[in-house]
Amino acid sequence: MHPAFSVIFLTTLIGIGQGLFLALYTGQVYALANLIPVQESLGFYAIGSLVALLFLVLGLISSVFHLGRPERAWRAVTMWRTSWLSREVIVLPLFMFLVFLYGVIHFYGWTQPLFTVADTLAVDLSLIIGFMASIAAFALFVCTAMIYASLKFLQEWHTPLTVLNYTLLGLASGFMFAAAFSAYVSLGLVSLFGTWAVIFTLLGAISRAASLVRNRNLRDKYGLRTAIGVRHPTLKQLSQGFMGGAFNTREFFHGRTPAALRLIKVFFMLAVFPLPIALLATAYILESSSLPIAAFALQYLGLIAERWYFFAEAKHPQNIYYQSMA
Amino acid sequence: MTQLALVIDLNVCVGCHACVTSCKEWNSSGWAGPLPDERPYDADPSGVFFNRVQTFEVGCFPNTETVHFPKSCLHCEDPPCVPVCPTGASYKREDNGIVLVDYDKCIGCKYCAWACPYGAREIDAKNKVMKKCTLCVDRVTDESLPESERKPACVLACPTSARIFGDIHDPDSAASVAIREQGGYQLQPEWGTQPANHYLPRRRSQMQIHEDELIRADNPLRKEEVEMPIEQGDTLDDVAW
Amino acid sequence: MQDPTTQSDNDLGRVEVKTTTCYMCACRCGIRVTLRDGEIRHIEGNPKHPHNQGVICAKGSSGIMKQYSPARITKPLLRKQDAERGTSGFEEISWEQAFDIITERLARIRAEDPKKFALFTGRDQMQALTGMFAKQFGTPNYAAHGGFCSVNMAAGMIYTIGGSFWEFGGPDLERAKLFVMIGTAEDHDSNPLKIHISKFKRRGGRFISINPIRSGYSAIADEWVPIKPGTDGALILAINHELIKQGLFDREFLTQYSNAAELVVDDPRRDDHGLFKRFEMHVEEGCFDPENKLWWDRDLDKEISTHTPGTEPRLLGEFRLEDGTHVKPAFQLLKDRLEEYTPEWAEGITGIPADTIRRLAHEMGVTARDQKIELPIQWTDSWENEHESITGNPVAFHAMRGIAAHSNGFQSIRALSILMTLLGTIDRPGGFRHKAPFPRPIPPCPKPPNSPDGVKPNTPLDGMPLGWPSKPDDLFVDEDGEAVRLDKAFSWEYPLSVHGLMHNAITNAWRGDPYPIDTMLLFMANMAWNSSMNTEQVRHMLTDKDEAGEYKIPFLIVCDAFQSETVAFADLVLPDTTYLERYDALSMLDRPISEFDGPVDSVRIPVVPPTGQCKPFQEVLVELGSRLKLPAFVTSTGDRKYRDYPDFITNYETSPGSGIGFLAGWRGKGGEKFLKGEPNPRQWEMYQKNDCYYHYKLPKSYQYMRNWNKGYLHWARNHGMIRYAEPITIHLYSEVLQKFRLAAQGKGKGRKPPERLRKRIEMHFDPLPFYSEPLLSRLVDTHEYPLNALTQRPMAMYHSWDSQNVWLRQIHTHNYLFVNPIVAHAKGIDDGDWIWVESPTGKVRCMCRYSEAVEPGTVWTWNAIGKAAGAWGLSPKANESQKGFLLNHLIPEELPPCESGDHLSNSDPVTGQAAWFDVRVKIYKAGPAEPAQTSPQFIAQKSLPGQKTYRGRWRSFFAGKIGKSKGSKL
Ligand SMILES: Nc1nc2c(c(=O)[nH]1)N[C@H]1C(S)=C(S)[C@@H](COP(=O)(O)OP(=O)(O)OC[C@H]3O[C@@H](n4cnc5c(=O)[nH]c(N)nc54)[C@H](O)[C@@H]3O)O[C@H]1N2
Ligand SMILES: Nc1nc2c(c(=O)[nH]1)N[C@H]1C(S)=C(S)[C@@H](COP(=O)(O)OP(=O)(O)OC[C@H]3O[C@@H](n4cnc5c(=O)[nH]c(N)nc54)[C@H](O)[C@@H]3O)O[C@H]1N2
Ligand code: SF4
Ligand code: SF4
Ligand code: SF4
Ligand code: SF4
Ligand code: SF4
Ligand SMILES: [Mo]
Repeated sequence: MHPAFSVIFLTTLIGIGQGLFLALYTGQVYALANLIPVQESLGFYAIGSLVALLFLVLGLISSVFHLGRPERAWRAVTMWRTSWLSREVIVLPLFMFLVFLYGVIHFYGWTQPLFTVADTLAVDLSLIIGFMASIAAFALFVCTAMIYASLKFLQEWHTPLTVLNYTLLGLASGFMFAAAFSAYVSLGLVSLFGTWAVIFTLLGAISRAASLVRNRNLRDKYGLRTAIGVRHPTLKQLSQGFMGGAFNTREFFHGRTPAALRLIKVFFMLAVFPLPIALLATAYILESSSLPIAAFALQYLGLIAERWYFFAEAKHPQNIYYQSMA
Repeated sequence: MTQLALVIDLNVCVGCHACVTSCKEWNSSGWAGPLPDERPYDADPSGVFFNRVQTFEVGCFPNTETVHFPKSCLHCEDPPCVPVCPTGASYKREDNGIVLVDYDKCIGCKYCAWACPYGAREIDAKNKVMKKCTLCVDRVTDESLPESERKPACVLACPTSARIFGDIHDPDSAASVAIREQGGYQLQPEWGTQPANHYLPRRRSQMQIHEDELIRADNPLRKEEVEMPIEQGDTLDDVAW
Repeated sequence: MQDPTTQSDNDLGRVEVKTTTCYMCACRCGIRVTLRDGEIRHIEGNPKHPHNQGVICAKGSSGIMKQYSPARITKPLLRKQDAERGTSGFEEISWEQAFDIITERLARIRAEDPKKFALFTGRDQMQALTGMFAKQFGTPNYAAHGGFCSVNMAAGMIYTIGGSFWEFGGPDLERAKLFVMIGTAEDHDSNPLKIHISKFKRRGGRFISINPIRSGYSAIADEWVPIKPGTDGALILAINHELIKQGLFDREFLTQYSNAAELVVDDPRRDDHGLFKRFEMHVEEGCFDPENKLWWDRDLDKEISTHTPGTEPRLLGEFRLEDGTHVKPAFQLLKDRLEEYTPEWAEGITGIPADTIRRLAHEMGVTARDQKIELPIQWTDSWENEHESITGNPVAFHAMRGIAAHSNGFQSIRALSILMTLLGTIDRPGGFRHKAPFPRPIPPCPKPPNSPDGVKPNTPLDGMPLGWPSKPDDLFVDEDGEAVRLDKAFSWEYPLSVHGLMHNAITNAWRGDPYPIDTMLLFMANMAWNSSMNTEQVRHMLTDKDEAGEYKIPFLIVCDAFQSETVAFADLVLPDTTYLERYDALSMLDRPISEFDGPVDSVRIPVVPPTGQCKPFQEVLVELGSRLKLPAFVTSTGDRKYRDYPDFITNYETSPGSGIGFLAGWRGKGGEKFLKGEPNPRQWEMYQKNDCYYHYKLPKSYQYMRNWNKGYLHWARNHGMIRYAEPITIHLYSEVLQKFRLAAQGKGKGRKPPERLRKRIEMHFDPLPFYSEPLLSRLVDTHEYPLNALTQRPMAMYHSWDSQNVWLRQIHTHNYLFVNPIVAHAKGIDDGDWIWVESPTGKVRCMCRYSEAVEPGTVWTWNAIGKAAGAWGLSPKANESQKGFLLNHLIPEELPPCESGDHLSNSDPVTGQAAWFDVRVKIYKAGPAEPAQTSPQFIAQKSLPGQKTYRGRWRSFFAGKIGKSKGSKL
């Protein structure tokens, strides 16, 4: 497939937004459980939500570039029964709205407990909305990933690993951002978020590596023989019917050499996984406040490459009809 | 239920592209038009077409077969492009099984094209909506046309009548008969999309001549008293004892 | 969106439907044009038309984009005083000025030496009119595309069977069982051929294609027989050998309908050696092959007049006539000739295994013999024999330029005609069928002038510019035996060049050999590109100047509808209309669309008004003819005779009162007559009502065996199609050729060829078919240049016309050289690499594409896809000029100097047929530092005044007013 930057940014940016929100909420839950000190509503949760929202909005903006007719985007909510894209289009704003609410609640400090569960857990509005938003965040991971994973003949995508990867990488980058953000504003939460970021990054590494291995061993379920229905071992296309290019040659081919592809793979395998972890570890040792930021920045760069590779790696069966011109 | 479709006979298709441009012409100014062309008179012209003809080479010299292969939307019975569409712009008609795009609803997200394993959809990058073969729905349902012309433009154009149009759910339609009797097959059946369009394979006529059919009693050479090559060989008579 | 089932396209806008005839190519299909608000909405095949029966091709369907093309010329243009020729430095002028310039110039030439005006027309369909104009003007220097196209096909077959493939006859696929197609990619009967091949295959017929390349039609053949280019003669001779060896020939057909049994003088000492022994008899004026010949009667064992009732002639043997003359039946001579042409011999030449050749012969022979067709149609032959039925041997052939466009093509096609005759398939069901006005006498009657006296100031030419020589005395030469025509047609260099040699006109005019000319008018011919050989040099000749600084070709008028490469070289440009804007007659005097069952002709009637100042060339000729007072265009008092072209078509008669004119339908005062009859003032209307064609169906008994069908021949004579009703006996043995050979051998009293050409004539004017290696292969180092380079017609493009067409140019945007991977590997060339193709004439850089469907000794490309930068309304960056290439740069228009002359055309020595496909090349990889761009490149052509160049990013055509909201257009 041809990697479109609109989609690369959409998926990576909202991934951070989702992860970041989940990091915030994790913080709240941790605080609730007294594992960390309670954070100040305004500075931490409200600003954090705003930042998460910012990522989501950026993602949304970039998604607009993917649509031919963004002014009609609202129509996309109608087919939620069948279309994962439609579901994403519903869940994303819903999630954004919940994050927004979550931020507003914290901004105005409407965090008086509403009731207490089992005498220990004081449930306030933010906890409820946060919980709903967390579910939405996970739903969004699933929707986004299922857009790709549900296409059964795009075998590289058609696997639960796609959902797992989107989720873990979103979480990793979100927590990584949270860590960097904490370091930047010198909150004492770097190690909490940092630790989770490392855990998600490691899990992400495993699951992404698993998908790479899986994809390398994939054998095309289709071939020219069934594509045109001629059963002969030697088949070659002479002409694809046009020469100046068409949607079929622009949308479904990445147009890069295998060497370039390999380079990008190596880059993202380093930039997304070991290097940020190493940077975080160094930051931990050096107590640096800037290294976590570097770790996040590097990981995000890596994620762009990762997403690029995700698209480029997928071989669309239609490509078999577009191999030669004459 | 009716399922309209094309049956394309690769046995007679000569790769003339008549179906390509007649389609372009009809649909450009029709219900599904326009079909814009980018860089029309410049490098790499690239326009929207609903139908393309490709060429494949089968085998190696001198046993090469050249196969011309027209491809448009196959109007799948279980079209993967339809359920993925978030807006409902892509739909399959209940009345005749034609898969269409409603340009007024389409947001140009291209997801349907990703979901089509056959590369049958093309975005109109000028008007930013998805387009595809309509099976000439505006011709085939136009009651003001004479019956004989209520056919897709490409079918009427095709000089070899390699394109048979009809209802493949009606077992007596010419299309169904051709599929049944001439080995009609579907493209990439492995995905279960059940394309309504079918293809008919090459068929080869051969001639068998037996050695003993070459020479006849009334061979004209006999008239000219030319010695006829008559296969004699040894006989028992030739043995000396 | 509105539900498509609830609307009708016909409700959008103001809709009109008109019929006319397509001219996106020379096939002439009937079309129906739908207009919406006056703009073309849809062009479709006319289902009521006999030719295409409703189908349409890729080009025909793209007519809209030709009509609204940015390459259109819309104004008459004159080269600016200070602009060099070839730089497109034009100014707009009015038609009045244009006519003044031409009239002044042509009137002067006509009064001094009409030869100095040359009129050449390309792939047009109005040779009857242009030829007539040239004759009236008095210049012999007229020709159309035939000479570079397929004159070998026309001459080879018409000199043998009185009709031919191409537009004059074809295979009867409706009844054939075996169809053998040789060297055909597309041909003129484009749609009809496709319709019939498909029906034939569906009926289970067996289809064999003989071609170095497998594409197009060959793709769906049941068997592909790859052959080395230029060797079909060898293959066919070997098949003939095998057929005769096995006795697989139709003896009855040969004896009755060909000259196989006729006795040929066999005595090398005699002046009439190799001619038929003829006896005294009254001969009809102008009849070249009267029936005064002899058979050897089997029963009486003596000579007897041919076709004597109750006789059975001998086909084989040698005999002595009563007067002591040694004679042999022509068939014996043929058999002797074929002796050496064994399948094993042919294998070495053609690359086709001997067993395959034998099998092909057997398939043909056995099908012809065992699957006879009998139709219950009574008919009478020329010798008054009544036949109860028409029979046929269902083996059909079709052949075109693959066999014609080689310098040995004439004899190969003679061999093919003889193969068809051996099988007994001429004008019989399931075989070859004629189309009116064919069959014609062998050779047809019209003759060119035969001496320089034929050309006189202010006088029409004494003879036809193009005709059919039957003997050396018919040649158009001076006392020294040298050419009178600019292209040297009908000279000893190319005696039977019945369509002229347009491909040498520019070179000869430039060299002043045989003489310099003054004005050249090119109509519908892209001679600065695809219809010239050695194109790069020819472009140079067009701008070359003499010592005095004058152009060597002083004045060049080009009539074209589009900004072609040639237009850039014009001094005066005449903007033509498109086919949708003009009247046209596809006449019986030219190449009509006749069907096997009878004559058909057709017309064009405008469906839209002319664009800008465009004027139909037809109108231009009528205007010029009137202004120059050419006799046919003015009354006896010198007044203009015809108002305009339609008026001319209605009222013109070949000679006063002849009743024969351009259109055959609805003649006679009220349209009650056909073919012959007085002019009918409402003729156009009647054509229009009948979907723009006229079809006369012959009675069944006149539809077959027309060479010898008494009823038909008399009918044809009475309707002015032939001059006399003598049977048209097949020339298995060609006495015409032998007459030229005898002259070359110094025999007889008539004209003799110049010394240098004697050997050439003696060799090639063989009365029996023979195989010879193509001329270029004999004169070029074939080790250095091991490959044959060919072009093929792409079905979706017509010559150089269609790069201007947005839709068609997306199918063929540029071209590759197709190379068999075996050959490419050996040269280290990868699929897609930039390579050089080089011949002794020039070299071209292009891209290579691997193909398994080409014989390894051959490389090929699609014809005329490559264009010169800036031409055809395209941007100079367009693929056509940057990646596409023209093979013509490599093809020499002249042979390397040899004993027969220094400037002989690269053509068949018999007919002057351009030997496009003889060119030999080598290929090698382009250097890594070379640009990824085709070579040669030419300075980009500028667009013309009045041309609506189009540089927008999108073209989004939607016909009619509502389209202005839906799409946007020019
Ligand atoms: N290498 C190679 N070269 C070949 C051949 C080949 O096989 N190989 N084939 C040869 C053969 S068979 C032929 S017939 C020639 C054809 O060669 P040409 O007859 O020269 O055909 P075109 O090159 O298309 O040029 C015809 C010109 O007619 C113009 N034209 C189109 N429509 C109209 C119209 O309505 N009115 C006027 N006035 N002009 C119009 C076009 O713009 C173009 O400039 O090519 C020959 N050239
Ligand atoms: N679409 C389209 N149709 C056209 C035209 C066009 O430009 N486009 N042009 C029209 C004109 S003017 C003409 S003259 C006709 C020509 O019609 P064709 O004669 O069909 O034209 P070509 O494309 O020259 O085809 C020549 C064929 O002969 C093969 N060939 C070459 N050398 C040999 C050989 O030595 N032996 C054998 N057996 N085969 C050989 C080539 O591979 C090719 O397939 O087409 C007409 N129809
Ligand atoms: S029009 Fe018919 S013959 Fe021509 S390419 Fe299309 S299907 Fe094949
Ligand atoms: S061919 Fe593609 S676009 Fe057409 S119905 Fe099937 S999946 Fe959809
Ligand atoms: S591009 Fe249009 S038709 Fe296709 S999925 Fe998106 S909205 Fe639906
Ligand atoms: S059915 Fe109509 S829309 Fe589809 S390919 Fe044919 S002409 Fe085009
Ligand atoms: S074959 Fe030629 S005349 Fe017929 S429709 Fe095509 S372009 Fe027109
Ligand atoms: Mo031609």
